[in-house]
Amino acid sequence: MTSSDRIKLYPAKPEKVYFFATCLVDIIYPEAGLSGIELLEHAGIEVIYPADQTCCGQPPYSSGYINESRAVATKQLALFPEPWPIVVPAGSCAGMIHRHYPELFAGTPLAEQAEQIARRTWELTDFLVNVCHLQLQDRGQPRRVALHTSCTARREMGAADAGPALLRQLQQVELVEQARPTECCGFGGTFAVRHAEVSGAMVEDKLQALEDSGAEHFVTTDCGCLMNIDGHAEHKGSPVRGQHILSFLKERCL
Amino acid sequence: MSSQEAVRHFHPRARDALNNPRIRQNFRRAMDGLMQKRATALQDHDTEALRDLGAAIRQRALSQLPDLLEQLEANCTRNGIQVHWAQDGDQACQIITDICQQQGARSVIKGKSMVSEEMELNHHLAEVGITALESDLGEYIVQLAEETPSHIIMPAIHKNTEEISELLHDKTGTQRSQDVDYLTASARAQMRQAFQRADVGLSGANFAIAETGTLCLVENEGNGRMSTTVPPCHIAVTGIEKVVQHLADVPPLLSLLTRSATGQHITTYLNMITGPRKAEEQDGPQAVHLVLVDNGRSDIYQDDQLLDTLRCIRCGACMNHCPVYTRVGGHTYGTTYPGPIGKILMPHLLGLEDTRDLPSASSLCGACGEVCPVRIPIPELLVRLRREAVDGDSSRPSVVRGHGVKRHWTEVGVWRAWAWLNSHPRCYRAALRLVMALRFLSPRRLGGWTRYRKAPRPAARSLHQHLLQRNRSSS
Repeated sequence: MTSSDRIKLYPAKPEKVYFFATCLVDIIYPEAGLSGIELLEHAGIEVIYPADQTCCGQPPYSSGYINESRAVATKQLALFPEPWPIVVPAGSCAGMIHRHYPELFAGTPLAEQAEQIARRTWELTDFLVNVCHLQLQDRGQPRRVALHTSCTARREMGAADAGPALLRQLQQVELVEQARPTECCGFGGTFAVRHAEVSGAMVEDKLQALEDSGAEHFVTTDCGCLMNIDGHAEHKGSPVRGQHILSFLKERCL
Repeated sequence: MSSQEAVRHFHPRARDALNNPRIRQNFRRAMDGLMQKRATALQDHDTEALRDLGAAIRQRALSQLPDLLEQLEANCTRNGIQVHWAQDGDQACQIITDICQQQGARSVIKGKSMVSEEMELNHHLAEVGITALESDLGEYIVQLAEETPSHIIMPAIHKNTEEISELLHDKTGTQRSQDVDYLTASARAQMRQAFQRADVGLSGANFAIAETGTLCLVENEGNGRMSTTVPPCHIAVTGIEKVVQHLADVPPLLSLLTRSATGQHITTYLNMITGPRKAEEQDGPQAVHLVLVDNGRSDIYQDDQLLDTLRCIRCGACMNHCPVYTRVGGHTYGTTYPGPIGKILMPHLLGLEDTRDLPSASSLCGACGEVCPVRIPIPELLVRLRREAVDGDSSRPSVVRGHGVKRHWTEVGVWRAWAWLNSHPRCYRAALRLVMALRFLSPRRLGGWTRYRKAPRPAARSLHQHLLQRNRSSS
């Protein structure tokens, strides 16, 4: 990546978008997906949900099983025939499509299609802020929250500013910053299983930082981080529990 | 190279480090400080443009590496530097031993050199009765403790002042003290004598400039300058990838190196060595040798993706910013180069057999790639090595020594089944319905995951099911 690759060209607000929910949202956190859809609809956008979507293929990709990743990704490529943007409520899966599909399909007959789909894939909070220019009316109780932005939203999608921009619109919400906000929570997919002790140490530190921030509650932009940090909070019996940022926004504003 | 059997056991060492509060605290504190210093040093710069430049300079050098090495050899030779080529560490050790023996050398004083660590030079020299003394303070401490460096820039960063004081007391009789200046002065006094006695001075090189035949050595303590000027013979040892094309390539790289490594705008010393003492000169060594070590680097060079590994200028910023390194420290990796750069470099030097757990020891958070001054795409290279470790890409043959070492039929079977299910949407949805219906049966224990977390529970209804119902009720 060079400087010129870092310039993002946001499209004009479209009439329609494709919603790629991701498997974790589908199976564990469907309310985060529903909230994302409702926020897009609130912004006046029609949401198309291709029913044949499954997974972006990132788990085997990160584990080195490229054949299996490519097989699943090939199926996803066929889901977005119209030129609408593809929005994803997770930095990691958006990053997989946006950053890694071109490499995954390089030199294959699907290379051009993969490039084209990669170009119109957006992380959802980034899309809500910078394409939809979403305006939120806070109807909730006063709340002090911390935000954990996923490493992929931050570093692969360049969307680290979107979460704070959305939360700052909420008049009754005080956004507090934890120590080392940019440090990974330790999820990393199969890393959490293969290197359980290191991952465990990382999530312990992350939750501690969130607790020490004085937040009553934390929100994340990615279901992987949420499952990791909130799973640890539940295990530890911590009063500081987590929620996907989209669920939080929908609850308070719609 | 001695047996690397020990390298394989990453997990038990990681556990030990994680359970050692002193290690945790020493690294956390040091890495927090280094991250802060780097950020401060770069705040007034267009960091991204500088990184672009650094990457371009290194890419340009690598794109013509064979030619530049020949040019370097010709220009060094013209300057009076004797150039030697070593295919591996053992050969490099032999070359250095031979030079020492020709000099009748009994003692060698060393400036900091990670390549000499890589080839276990001190050990080889000891076998033929030559004493090597480390003169970089961190390396000196590590040598006294009979350990290896835990960081490529700050070799003794795993020790705090109290531990260093205790070590110096035990090994050299220095009085116990928490006063860093006192401890440093005491080590300095010991080294002064060694500098005067040494027959040979050995150093690394940060950059080797092809067009001028110059070796650059970046350091803070002055020991590098002493090692390369006081003894009658200077031997520089470095990897073949350290060559740069032009003298003008050095300032931007130097600027990136010192800021990325220690947050300094410039180091106390920058030594540029262009040959031995000339007839009219008062000081400097009578002979200068340059040993250029391959040790697996030209294998890396063959692959157009892995090649990026060789851009590295050894600043250590990747380890300073790595959440894994910060928690487990350098010794856990069991390799000369720890941290993210070690994870992408060591598999080539030792083979994947002996480094099998390194490529997976990352959450792929990308912090390393974000700070790398020469934009090495470290996360992408980690993924590539994971692929090599499981022979996971049938469209591209694996090339790294020991490839396929992590390929197990159970894991292959799991991913194949997973891929089949996720490539058949109807079956995927049916499986989901089953998972949701039987969610009360979902396991409460999931290996290492539930040692720290509750097991995730499937929702009562999938998003697919929610949306199906939403569609029905709206139509």
